[in-house]
Amino acid sequence: MLIRRLRVEGLALARGDRLLFKDLNLQLAAGQAVALRGRNGAGKTSLLRAIAGFIRPLAGEVAFDGEGGPVEADEARALGVHLTGHHDGLKPGRLAREEFMFQARWCGADAAGMARAAEALDLERLFGLEVRKLSAGQRRRLALGRLAAARRPVWLLDEPFAPLDAEHRARFGDLMNAHLAEGGMILAAVHDPLPIAADSVEIAG
Amino acid sequence: MNALAILFRRELALAWGRGGGPLVALAFYACVAALLPLSAGAVPQRLAAVAPGAAWLALALSSLLSLERLFERDYEDGALDLLALGPLPLEATAAIKCLAQWVSTGLPLALFTPVAATALGAEPRLIPLTFVAALLGGLGFAFVGGIGAALSLGSRRGGVLVAVIVLPLFAPPVIFGAGALDALAGGLNWTPGLLLLGGYCLGAVALGPFAMAAACRNALS
Repeated sequence: MLIRRLRVEGLALARGDRLLFKDLNLQLAAGQAVALRGRNGAGKTSLLRAIAGFIRPLAGEVAFDGEGGPVEADEARALGVHLTGHHDGLKPGRLAREEFMFQARWCGADAAGMARAAEALDLERLFGLEVRKLSAGQRRRLALGRLAAARRPVWLLDEPFAPLDAEHRARFGDLMNAHLAEGGMILAAVHDPLPIAADSVEIAG
Repeated sequence: MNALAILFRRELALAWGRGGGPLVALAFYACVAALLPLSAGAVPQRLAAVAPGAAWLALALSSLLSLERLFERDYEDGALDLLALGPLPLEATAAIKCLAQWVSTGLPLALFTPVAATALGAEPRLIPLTFVAALLGGLGFAFVGGIGAALSLGSRRGGVLVAVIVLPLFAPPVIFGAGALDALAGGLNWTPGLLLLGGYCLGAVALGPFAMAAACRNALS
């Protein structure tokens, strides 16, 4: 699935009765990264979930453009979007290897991709452990592994760095740079500056 | 490996992994079946008369036991986001989850149903039909129960809610399944009951995934 541009046009989102923001416009082109900023509760997570198709906007639209024009949104999301949130989606009772392999394969990764991801995020040492025994940072690395393993052009990241230590922030920063160099797009909700060159968009609630 | 197989294998591994859901359901079934003679009195003739019906009642309750967590675990730990962004439509994902529930829990329960019915005094000649009806019923229980499990996502006391939503919907298969067995035991034609049970299950398999997917989308938004 090739997506060359992500467009958010005139978007308005509400949670319950509360209007989060309206008239939000945002464009991401291939190779571009944008850091979403804003105070707690401004709607950064909601914006990411709206782009992923989970939240229906009050107004406006999210559109994906491929090589030859617009791509149907459902198809683009099913094959071209990675979303990582506060919850890593890992089952505590299973081995780290099993959970990583399920997540990566489900997103369409092949064996080479999984090996590449394990190498890049230093996952090999975690594989023999049960997920319940991993720290928050180790779990996050496991969940971020699927991004490196399965190539999908749009990365929607919600505070990806929060539990990571300095070394692994740098390693994931390298992965983000490599993703952009291949023509990928990154939209990340963050409070700290991203370790890569990125534009900044303020979400004003 | 394609996405259907990847998800199906994961669901089976989760069901049989730590927690042993199917074993808990089987143990529950055995307990209910063992309690019946204690409460109804150990008069063989009286027990034999209600054995098929009692086995079906216990089957419905045991099936309910592990349904509650069908979507809830994935919802709580964020895996439902991942499943919704996967290569399959959410309807297909829900159907696979129910099929895996049927194979992992429904099949062992169906194997145990003739044992329980016979132990309660049902005639051995009822065994084949008891197994077939329980297997078919388990399919319906999984797909109808999945609707309840998806609808209760995000609510506190989800387990109670699942039971309240689902138990009325379990009434038709219990009537048809136990009815077919009663008919066979009484020397009547048992095929209409089994056919009605099959029709109910086909309807549940055809329509259930759409309801489950809609309820999941609602919970995710």
